[in-house]
Amino acid sequence: MPAEGLVAAEDVLLFANAAITATAQREFHGGAAEQRMSLDFLHAYMLGNYRDLYAAVLALGINDHNAALVIHGLLATAGEATPRQRHLEGRLIARRFALLPPQRGYALVAALREAKVNNRRTRAIVRDWLAARPDLALDAVKYRTGLKTALRHAHLPPPSAELGDFLFRPRARARYTAPLLDTWRRAHYEQGAVHELPFTVAEGFAARHGIARAAFLERIAPRMTRGERLRLQESARREGAAAVRADLTAMPLTRLASYVLGLPLPDRAARRAELTAALRAAARRAAGPEAGTWGRVAAVLDDSFSAYASGHKRRRPLAVALAAHFLLAELGAAYAPYWTSGRRDALPAVPHGATPLGERVLDALEPRPDRLVIVSDGWDNAPPGMAAEVLRVWHERLDPHGRVSVVHLNPVYDADTFTVRRLSPTVPTAGIRDAEDLPVLTGLARFAAGRTGLPELRAHLDARVAAFLAPVPEEGAAP
Amino acid sequence: MTAAAELRLDLAGLRTAPAQVWGGIRLVPLVRDAPVPGLRLHREQYGEGYGVVDVAPHTVYTSYIPHGFVADWSGAGDAAAYGTQLRGEQAAASTSARVPVEAVPVRVHRRMARRQGRRRLRFLPLHLALEGYLALHFGGPAVAWEEWSQRALRRGLSPRVEEAYAGLEVQGLGDALRVFEIHPGQCGLLLYTADALTAAFAVPHPDDYRALHATLVHDLYGELVHHYALLSAPVPDFVPRLDAAAVSSTADLRAALAGQRAAWADFHAGTMAAGLLAPAYAARTVHRAGDFTLLRFLPAFRPRTENHVGEAITTADGRLAYLKTFRLSEAQTRRGHLLSTLAAHDWSLPRAAEALGRSEADLRTRLAGAGFAALLKHRPHAPR
Repeated sequence: MPAEGLVAAEDVLLFANAAITATAQREFHGGAAEQRMSLDFLHAYMLGNYRDLYAAVLALGINDHNAALVIHGLLATAGEATPRQRHLEGRLIARRFALLPPQRGYALVAALREAKVNNRRTRAIVRDWLAARPDLALDAVKYRTGLKTALRHAHLPPPSAELGDFLFRPRARARYTAPLLDTWRRAHYEQGAVHELPFTVAEGFAARHGIARAAFLERIAPRMTRGERLRLQESARREGAAAVRADLTAMPLTRLASYVLGLPLPDRAARRAELTAALRAAARRAAGPEAGTWGRVAAVLDDSFSAYASGHKRRRPLAVALAAHFLLAELGAAYAPYWTSGRRDALPAVPHGATPLGERVLDALEPRPDRLVIVSDGWDNAPPGMAAEVLRVWHERLDPHGRVSVVHLNPVYDADTFTVRRLSPTVPTAGIRDAEDLPVLTGLARFAAGRTGLPELRAHLDARVAAFLAPVPEEGAAP
Repeated sequence: MTAAAELRLDLAGLRTAPAQVWGGIRLVPLVRDAPVPGLRLHREQYGEGYGVVDVAPHTVYTSYIPHGFVADWSGAGDAAAYGTQLRGEQAAASTSARVPVEAVPVRVHRRMARRQGRRRLRFLPLHLALEGYLALHFGGPAVAWEEWSQRALRRGLSPRVEEAYAGLEVQGLGDALRVFEIHPGQCGLLLYTADALTAAFAVPHPDDYRALHATLVHDLYGELVHHYALLSAPVPDFVPRLDAAAVSSTADLRAALAGQRAAWADFHAGTMAAGLLAPAYAARTVHRAGDFTLLRFLPAFRPRTENHVGEAITTADGRLAYLKTFRLSEAQTRRGHLLSTLAAHDWSLPRAAEALGRSEADLRTRLAGAGFAALLKHRPHAPR
């Protein structure tokens, strides 16, 4: 049944694109409620119709929000799985669960508890996840409610009597032997102890003790995580706490691009050398062995006003475009960027103006590069639909053999169509969340051209699942 | 105020850029290649509540007036327009802080357009134009024919009332303006609801436009606009079609692109905006300042056609530096039509009826139906 196979392949790709991009947050063109409703429907539809493919999508690098939803969906309907499905599902869930950031993991357990999902498999997965957490004492301090909920929900005894007392009988002991737990106890009355706690916990104590923000930031700096340091660097500098310094060269590419776009233009100009070097280093790391292997690359990058996204995900599409700009510069032997606004310099990018994608695509195609990558939310509006026409005529008349490979990557989920907006039926489109995934996604996008059937897609998914489940020696968390 | 002069609206200097669509609303941007030198527009915020304007002795104009515009021809062309940043303090100061709860704040303005300093003029956008429409033959019958009531002869049309909707109540307008992507150099916008031209807005400088773009949602719109926006299905994009057979090189493709742009601009000016641009308007000068003239204009009041009232600032060579229009609904057009016909025939009912090709009784019914029953000594039965 090839037609049915095509439909299934289309559905899976639609869902994969949604699960990579959608975060159920407000977007430029749609509200949060709309996004959430659209995404919930899509999850229910996939779970009901293609359970094994739905589980396999966990191996595809979907974002954490959707991974949590998929795990939740699979666990809630565990009884409907066949024994064979159940085995693979269990391994996929356990593997993806371990990759979730701890706050999302605990939130997922809380959501499962709220939904009264408490089958044996859920309990086993939570048990294994907790057993693999590197430091439960830290979790007990930092995610106190989350850990309590998880232990209760999975019917687990506390890992040690002391931790049990800490969580469930906080007044039972005068002091603790575990240093972190005891620091937490002392922090209630001793200002010095506050600065030995994790930052988020210490922040509350600092407010209670009335510690000045600048002094607090100065002393807590060594205890901050990488993300916290990046997030607080600018506000700490305004407060006068110079100790909070993020090491920009070690940051992931898209995160770094977001940070750069959050800086005011004069700062970006003043720190141009430092920021460019950091972005290049991150791009080189993301490119890895593929660096310089893509031939002559052109990119059409969308910096129109809609790249601002919303107050929830500020400038995310623009950050993806900026990150893709630096990544493609590393991947290609020669590289030419074409911003929709016509800017030549990427660093001072601001989301502003209309989206004349048609003209930019033509500008990019004219020198006949080997590859063209379009990073845009697909709202082509000056004039609307011109990019599709240009690409159609290009394929029909000027490049009938398809020597230039064109791919469209879209960072924005469109709630109305249940997937990312396409530019043209002739060009494959894939959703993108982090620019680092760009090489992988261009591979996935070839399925989106609509010509590849389910068997090929299934083979691709099986290969990705096998690679995902293969034991990784350096990762200590995996059993 | 001077006598009326004929005016034709001409968007010279303003290029039509591709339209953007949101639901039933189409927004057509107008782009200037170079800003109009020597004139800037700023916004003055008045906060919530009624505005009362003294327009003539013993005559006031009352409306919701959220803001006024300040035209500044002092030549400080590089200064940035101030806009949103004042909103918080001023709105808070004028409404929540000073005015007690459950009171309607009222702000009194002196004149529709008033000098503020040597080279600044404050005027109330759209209200200036609407007041021109409301004041049409406001004095009432010029000749005391026996058909007219004592009240009509003594007080004219007062009180003359028209209704309009605030932009916030026009379905989808707020969202359409929010997601609209302002073009570089954009100085104006034509607003269509269900592809009926609703409002035109143009300013002298792109920075002014950026600051004033959001004020469109506080403007007044006629009932036609409100109903069309509420009932309209989403309007389609005008998607360009390229002829693949005629393309054999990228240069051809580029030429086809430019051709599509020009075709859209021609289609828009010749078809979509024809109802605004083609007719002649009766314009009256409100204020003259240096090279610039602030004027307001009234349409010919032809029933069953587009009728826009508006105001404009023109430069010395007659080009538009500022434009703002309000589309009259069909009922409003009819009222204007009746009043102008009556005035043209010295308020004589038989002659006006003859000119309209109707019987006198018919005209009486129509006058009563248009809300002017109080003008007649012997009122006809209310039409069902």
